[in-house]
Amino acid sequence: MTELLVPLILAFTGIYALTHQVAVFPVFLRGAEKGLQTAIHILPTMIGLLTAVMMLRASGFIDLAGAALAPVLSAVGIPSECAALVLLKPLSGSGGLALGQEVMRTCGADSYAGRVAAVMLGASETSIYTIGIYCGHLGLKRTRYAIPAALMADLAAFVFAAAWVRWLG
Amino acid sequence: MMNYLWVGLIVLACITACLTGRTAELSAAVTDGAGQAVTLCLSLAGLMGLWTGILELMQQSGLCEKITFLLRPILSPLFRRAAEDKQAIEHIAANVTANLLGLSNAATPIGLQAADRLYSLYQRKGTPDEVLTFVILNTTSIQLIPTTVAAVRASLGAPQPFDIMPAVWGASICSVAVGLTAAKLFAVLCRGRRHP
Repeated sequence: MTELLVPLILAFTGIYALTHQVAVFPVFLRGAEKGLQTAIHILPTMIGLLTAVMMLRASGFIDLAGAALAPVLSAVGIPSECAALVLLKPLSGSGGLALGQEVMRTCGADSYAGRVAAVMLGASETSIYTIGIYCGHLGLKRTRYAIPAALMADLAAFVFAAAWVRWLG
Repeated sequence: MMNYLWVGLIVLACITACLTGRTAELSAAVTDGAGQAVTLCLSLAGLMGLWTGILELMQQSGLCEKITFLLRPILSPLFRRAAEDKQAIEHIAANVTANLLGLSNAATPIGLQAADRLYSLYQRKGTPDEVLTFVILNTTSIQLIPTTVAAVRASLGAPQPFDIMPAVWGASICSVAVGLTAAKLFAVLCRGRRHP
């Protein structure tokens, strides 16, 4: 059912615009051009951030720090298998998904750790990357409290992911 | 803070790689990372263009206005300046809708246009609290149906891949609440420091 969502949105928007006297195709082209400019505009941010994140992953830091943090995290109910995910998810969406998938595969999709990993992935976004893209696009010199507030939200997502899995089974 | 974070990540990677002896992997990651950024950006460019084109249609045809009408009660208290500007609030509403539907490829380009408009309402000066609130909202997940994770669960043989949904909603709501509360508190603290 969900795979029909996007095609239906496109069809509905097209029909709605046609019946509301909009010059459909020229208007679409004007908007699409803005999107392409945006894509080019965020490229430098992506190059900078993706390189730094891939360096950090290749160095083995995430695994080491995850192992070091595991006892602290298990005190708030986050299983030790998911400790590295706590560190990686705010930095990298694809990396987080791959790591979460690994937890689900090794521990079992319906094990406690597997379910917590799934809920952690579903309830959080790639915060640092998002802040980088938005602030880079707007040309903000200072991000002020954006990073601490976003990381607090991520931490809440992870802690409550474990809590809700326990409460709801 | 982004400056320190970026340099910090790179320095941390170099130090750890020297300690763990993974220097070859580290240097490969530099080449890979820069290359992958371009591949990723170009592969997303098509979808970003498609979605901003659809957004333009939604806006011109008045569809955005309808979505905005539904979301206004929630968005107005969060974005006071934007609520008085038709284009800003419509773009924000479209971004929130895309996020709710889990269309992150649509949410990002639309969100960037929304942030642009919102920032211009502040004459593009400094880092306004309202812009930060919008960015922080986008760093949290407000997706109604976690399709990607459910697909992974299904591929690994979970009998009911979507049964994690209530827990995802619960954790998401807690996360959004913490993020927005933190943003509000930081904003009040900053204001207090400027006018003691």
